[in-house]
Amino acid sequence: MTLPKVRVPYLLLFPGFAFLFTFFILPIMNLAQTSTQTAIVGGDTGQYEQSFAFSNYIDAFLENREQFYRSFIYASLATIFALAIAYPLAYAIAFKSGKFKNILLVLVVAPFFTSFLLRTVAWKQILGEEGFLVPTLRSLNLMGEQTTITSTAVAVVAGMTYNFLPFMTLPLYASLERIDPRTIEASGDLYANAITTFRKVTVPLSMPGVVAGTLLTFIPAAGDYVNASILGSPNTKMIGNVIESRYFKIVDYPTAAALSFTLMAAILILVTLYIRKAGTDELV
Amino acid sequence: MSTKVKEAPIPTIPLNARLSRWFGRNLLRIYMFFGFSYLFIPVAYTFAFSFNDSGKSNLIWKGFTFSNWQNPCGAPQICEALGNSIKIGFLATVFSTILGTMIAFAIARYKFAGRSSSNLLIFLPMATPEIVLGASLLSLFLVFKVNPGFWPTVIAHVVFCISFVVVTVKARIASLDPRLEQAAMDLYANEVETFRRVTLPLVAPGIAAAALLAFSLSFDDFIITNFNSGTMTTFPKFVYVSAARGIPAQANVIGSSMFFLALAIVIAGQLVNRKKAR
Repeated sequence: MTLPKVRVPYLLLFPGFAFLFTFFILPIMNLAQTSTQTAIVGGDTGQYEQSFAFSNYIDAFLENREQFYRSFIYASLATIFALAIAYPLAYAIAFKSGKFKNILLVLVVAPFFTSFLLRTVAWKQILGEEGFLVPTLRSLNLMGEQTTITSTAVAVVAGMTYNFLPFMTLPLYASLERIDPRTIEASGDLYANAITTFRKVTVPLSMPGVVAGTLLTFIPAAGDYVNASILGSPNTKMIGNVIESRYFKIVDYPTAAALSFTLMAAILILVTLYIRKAGTDELV
Repeated sequence: MSTKVKEAPIPTIPLNARLSRWFGRNLLRIYMFFGFSYLFIPVAYTFAFSFNDSGKSNLIWKGFTFSNWQNPCGAPQICEALGNSIKIGFLATVFSTILGTMIAFAIARYKFAGRSSSNLLIFLPMATPEIVLGASLLSLFLVFKVNPGFWPTVIAHVVFCISFVVVTVKARIASLDPRLEQAAMDLYANEVETFRRVTLPLVAPGIAAAALLAFSLSFDDFIITNFNSGTMTTFPKFVYVSAARGIPAQANVIGSSMFFLALAIVIAGQLVNRKKAR
């Protein structure tokens, strides 16, 4: 075993990167290629030829503007709610749980193991017409006969908030846990009260966790279509639903590809801006 | 005796002030209680309805029964779907853990040209929405006339699991004390021995955690699977498809079992760690 040392990292990287190149980079390039194709005149459904029709992008975007905006609004709302719920939770686990810390941490991840689809369907049934909540609220006159919870935007956003909560809580916990308690003591010694200490010491030190958590929530939420199709209605369709149906129901690959690309580009731009603003480079 | 208690100067604080003080002191605990309730309501619901004597659609409570637990394969196709999910999860875990661990070692331990672009290549699959990953892979398979099915799904799962393995294992390597390896070298272990007897055992918990994460990501994945699995069913696909007409209670049995199994594995892992720490 006398390998020149310089080669070792490349040898270690090679199999994984060859795999990622073949099954991640190549497909993305192929998708880019598909996105400018147009239907063959007189061809069967699902047959397309390359014609560099960049207008596909504009057409696809204009046609599905509403779903795009909706995806980003829903995903942003779900991210904000998840952050609001997860931050105190992660804080409590990191600082106030004593010897129960590990158990509580396991409990945060535990629901993750019951299939997320089963849990989403469970929410649908709990909040649905046959569930116990809606009839109870109605009999107490807290809810009108016509109002429902499921099939609304509220249900979709709530479902996404719920499903991505562990992705928010874990990075937050990891960065809160790493804070040296002496920095918090020092802040107290310098006459900062609890709120000032939290605002000026704890929050800035936990920023890497906030950034990682919001990204891990926002990105999958923006492309999600499962919550929208289980908990929503045709009025809450997101861009993911459109891409899915273009692929499977309409077999319109170019439009689906153009939409996928637009989604990815929009997410990458937002993420880059966000990381710049938050000022953390070391994410992964 | 009772008069003495009344004379004691303790209860001078009015009740509502005491209440609000108690509230302030326990605010985080109360919050935790509600937070965890929120997380566990659907799990509890799923578990409760696994005992429902429901017949075909498990929507309304009809009575208590153990029969779903005695016969978890009772619903058509459900165990076939579960078997596929387990097989795919296992293969995806093995491949992604091996490939990802190698990448993690390269990035965490060596300085080389192209290190930051390597980091970028690891970050990109995580920053790509699942639907784009799934759709792009399917397009590629269609170009090469590969029919979607079992192996395309395994490949797709490895793609999104690798990054999570790299991140998890890398964090573990970064937290190692370099002095331990130096000590091994000082004691005349060569590089291979040091790696095998010091580094690898120290990184092992990180690799185990990464493998567990990869398996759960793969097992629970729906979107990418839906694109690349063709007519093959997996457990999440089974749930999604049957959601429209009501999910059989056996699915709740399987979901609950997975929950308890994973909980048992994690707790066992914690206990082993604690024993080692002593």
